[in-house]
Amino acid sequence: MLAPLSWLKEYVDIDVTPQELEDKLFSCGFEVEERYEVGKDISNVVVGLVKTCEAIPDTHLHLCQVDAGKAGVLQICCGADNVEAGGKYPLALVGATVYATAKDHVTIEGVMTIGQGKLRGYDSFGMLCSGTELGLNEDLYPGAGYNGLLVLPEDAEVGADVKPILGLDDQIFDIAITANRPDCQSIYGIAREVAAVLGKELKVPSLEYTEHEALADSFSVSVDAKDLCPRYSAHYVYDVKMGPSPAWMRRRLALTGIGSISNIVDITNYVLKELGQPMHAFDYSYLEGGKINVRRANNGEKIQTLDEKEFELTDQNLVICDGVKPVALAGIMGGLNSEIKDNTTAVMFEAAKFARDNIRKSSRALGQASDSSALYSKGVYEYTTVMAMKRALHLIEELGCGTVSSSHFEDNTGNSIEPHEMKVSINKVNGVLGIKVPDEDIVRILTNLQMQPVINGDELTLQIPAYREDMEDYPDVAEEVIRMYGYDHVEGTFMPTARVTMGGLNLRQKNELRIKRALCAAGVYEGMHYSFFSPSDLDLIRLPEDAKERHAIQLINPINVDLSLMRTTLAPQMLRAMAGNQKKGILEGRIFELGNIFIPKDLPLTEYPDERETICIGAFGKEETFFTMKGLCDVVADTLGVTFEYSAAEKTFLHPYQTATITCNGEVVGYVGKVSYEVADDLDMSVGAFVAELDLRVLSQYYGKQQVFVPISKHDEEKRDFAFVVDKKITCGEIEKLIYNACDYVTSVKLFDVYEGGQLPEDKKSMAFSVVFTPRDEKIKGEKVEGFVANILKDLKDKLDATLRA
Amino acid sequence: MKEQLEAIKAKAIAAIEATDGMDKLNEVRTGILGKTGELTAVLKGMKDVSPEDRPKVGQLVNETREAIEKLLEEKKVAFEAEALKRRYESEKVDVTMPAVKHEQGNLHPITQVRNQLVDIFGSMGFEVYEGTEIETDYYNFTALNTPQDHPARDMQDTFYLSPEFLLRTQTSAGQIHVMEKQKPPIKIISPGKVFRSDDDATHSPMFSQMEGLVVDKGITLCDLKGMLDEFVKEIFGKETTTRLRPSYFPFTEPSVEVDVSCFQCHGKGCKLCKGTGWIEVLGAGVVNKKVLEGCGIDTNEYSGFAFGIGVERIAMLKYGINNIKLLFESDMRVLKQIND
Repeated sequence: MLAPLSWLKEYVDIDVTPQELEDKLFSCGFEVEERYEVGKDISNVVVGLVKTCEAIPDTHLHLCQVDAGKAGVLQICCGADNVEAGGKYPLALVGATVYATAKDHVTIEGVMTIGQGKLRGYDSFGMLCSGTELGLNEDLYPGAGYNGLLVLPEDAEVGADVKPILGLDDQIFDIAITANRPDCQSIYGIAREVAAVLGKELKVPSLEYTEHEALADSFSVSVDAKDLCPRYSAHYVYDVKMGPSPAWMRRRLALTGIGSISNIVDITNYVLKELGQPMHAFDYSYLEGGKINVRRANNGEKIQTLDEKEFELTDQNLVICDGVKPVALAGIMGGLNSEIKDNTTAVMFEAAKFARDNIRKSSRALGQASDSSALYSKGVYEYTTVMAMKRALHLIEELGCGTVSSSHFEDNTGNSIEPHEMKVSINKVNGVLGIKVPDEDIVRILTNLQMQPVINGDELTLQIPAYREDMEDYPDVAEEVIRMYGYDHVEGTFMPTARVTMGGLNLRQKNELRIKRALCAAGVYEGMHYSFFSPSDLDLIRLPEDAKERHAIQLINPINVDLSLMRTTLAPQMLRAMAGNQKKGILEGRIFELGNIFIPKDLPLTEYPDERETICIGAFGKEETFFTMKGLCDVVADTLGVTFEYSAAEKTFLHPYQTATITCNGEVVGYVGKVSYEVADDLDMSVGAFVAELDLRVLSQYYGKQQVFVPISKHDEEKRDFAFVVDKKITCGEIEKLIYNACDYVTSVKLFDVYEGGQLPEDKKSMAFSVVFTPRDEKIKGEKVEGFVANILKDLKDKLDATLRA
Repeated sequence: MKEQLEAIKAKAIAAIEATDGMDKLNEVRTGILGKTGELTAVLKGMKDVSPEDRPKVGQLVNETREAIEKLLEEKKVAFEAEALKRRYESEKVDVTMPAVKHEQGNLHPITQVRNQLVDIFGSMGFEVYEGTEIETDYYNFTALNTPQDHPARDMQDTFYLSPEFLLRTQTSAGQIHVMEKQKPPIKIISPGKVFRSDDDATHSPMFSQMEGLVVDKGITLCDLKGMLDEFVKEIFGKETTTRLRPSYFPFTEPSVEVDVSCFQCHGKGCKLCKGTGWIEVLGAGVVNKKVLEGCGIDTNEYSGFAFGIGVERIAMLKYGINNIKLLFESDMRVLKQIND
């Protein structure tokens, strides 16, 4: 919110520097996001008195001798049509900065530094300036809108800095207001805080006015939608004399970003900025049927607002109607049909409180916003409604642009705008803070905040102003006290009254971290992707229409369609990450992600879905093979102390012959495989890529598995190598499994050679294994191990028709 | 006989001298000392020597043999030394050539920061509670004293999945679940992903937060300050100090923003702290009485504080990462940079 220092000073005697004020506001909860001087880009511009002024023949220029005070008398070439001897104008000295304007002398094109120049052969030692060149317009300074030199007052001191004269030295504070303090969304609201933090008196803006004749017509105000409009007030003003508003008002509006329109409209905007109460003025002559009625719009009802946009409404929108038609979109914008015009002679002022949620939703739904709707969305209090109406009527009188009638109309739900009493325990207030704030400081602070504190023992009695709806209980009082007393009084303590607790990760969290670290040790980098993905991700991996992964939770309001589904698999984003790297010329890499997939129990959701922890591994590069990838999956198995079994499988997006289902003790835990050429093509991948996905929820049963030490036998291990000749269709896994099953002394089976061709029949291959037999208490060398071998050979012969290679 | 032995010896010396390697040396050895060797032949001829001369001749033969063997041994040692030297020379490497590396991966920067946070707070007795990414409107807002018409609930900020379910906008949602299930003392941190409908240069629709909550007897704003002081020293360095300033969150009262003294310029003012000497790192406050009461906790007996840390913000500050989006793209060049 923009707050000019000059305006704040109307209500508080501010005797600190702008920087000190900024620091004070910051310390009591109002961050000044930006503070700047109105004329921040203007420097070295002084009051110049033109002593002589002669036309340069055959040009529009004048050659002037200008008295610049201390800087002496300077020769200036000037092209403005209103330069004349005896006139006082802003003079930019050599080295000054002012705004550069386009050929139209109106559009600002940047800041320029004035140099010594030569025009038509005449030296010029500076520049006489227009209002525009100083960043001014007609609202900010009367006469500044003229397309020529800005004429300074006759009493301006020659050679003096023009900034104070033109108000360019004013400071603008852009203040962030937190959501709990809608009462500070105005100059006066901020002034209240400034007065409190500086311990100064707060001057209340004048609310006095005299009521004259009542409205002769019969007129009434009623509210149907009381839940959306707890207070609606209207006041009739007649003998309105339309015209411009005074310079002081126009300037203040301009400094807060509002252009002047007319005295009546300016009054409503002024009150909005000053008190934070949106106001509206209807041209009375356009109100039909002798009444104002506040109600929900009928579905399909239409209104055209002041900016000539037409809206079709629903019963979610609130409208202000006369006896016949909607005349305003409540809290957002007035209707074109009752707009104040140059010939308006009587107005009906409106000051109301509308429910903030309704105004915000209507504003969003209709795509129509205004300063009013912004304020209502943050919250407007009934207290302000009453004060604002009085202030507007006062301004009518002060500006002399109308006569205030005695006809006031109001419909309200009976909420008081008087302060309400609150009693709290001082011990509890201090108990929140952990320090003992001296009673006298508590009294001082709450007095400054207009809460009229009275202390009686431990009991603190307060009168809470009606604009402080946020004050509900002792923690709120504690906050008021500490923000004014100063957070630097809060001393760090380390929970002296708290009990000792055990901290750290639980079993699942520890094991997930172990898995992550193990994968890192295997050269895999952790990545992180969004929890939502695109419907096209499901197509990318060629899921059939009935695939369970397509049963995904949809976002109602996604940022875009690519971020519209809660992911049901981590693979597509991993594929895209690998492809993304390749597009950047990174042709090898290993990435894993540990994240949740989201499995709905029903759609649309009526209960929490299953968020399953899943790990996805991706590897790409010319060194990667199915088996390097399998090794990475085994890293997870080894970390958990389990064995994964791999069996050939098919996946819609993976290589038909390099894909496996992974099981652990008979339970499916995931898959691994090479990305199919079709998918690789879709993603413009140039090197081979592999992906695996493991369900950590299933694997979590192995977290914290008891580890048992097996004593080392004093007897030697026995090692035997076998080369089996088998049918080509027999897999390594089948043979391994049989060897293990045939003898429980076998502790390791390793394939070390595969051979085809040569003397072997066409349909056969040879697979060579190295088998380790580990003894227990007894020696196994000799007869015993030969018995094991015989068993193994027999089993393999019987079950796989395997023979030893000659 | 003596002359014969002398001749053998002289021939052997010459032959050993002339060898150029172990093979030749072995040939020489065999030629003299082998079964059919010259000296062996002399030994075999001993039977023809008269018994009285035998000891003398025998001694002479032995002397000759020992002399030859000594020479052979010396030559062998010399050859072996030379062979070893050559072997070493042949294995000379350029030690400046590149190392054969076993590449280590990294944890994600967010995981690294999260681990640091968990270590710090874990050692202070905080348990780690991970809530769900999908939450109900009640736990994410209503129970956190965020009234129905609060702007933070608006569709623009929150991703909704159904009228009731949404993507949590804050890890604070976990507070309520814990307080409903557990009686004080409660000391938890709740790290996790959160979601807001923001997507521009400095915002990502998904980011990470870590909520902290303490509820016990006599917990005050001073305890919050004391704990945060310890925390920032651990994470940003020993000299770091905190500054509390008033703010607003619906679920804490009083609420504060916590700034830390700039760890780059130590308060002098630099680019990182935008010249202020302070960096905003987290929001915190005394748990709102209404929130505790909503969870059935007796506020006459218990009070608490809560804080919420933006994990990406800490990571970006600590490591100087300039764009939040980089954290979610799995660009290997990014992932390889920051390690534990």
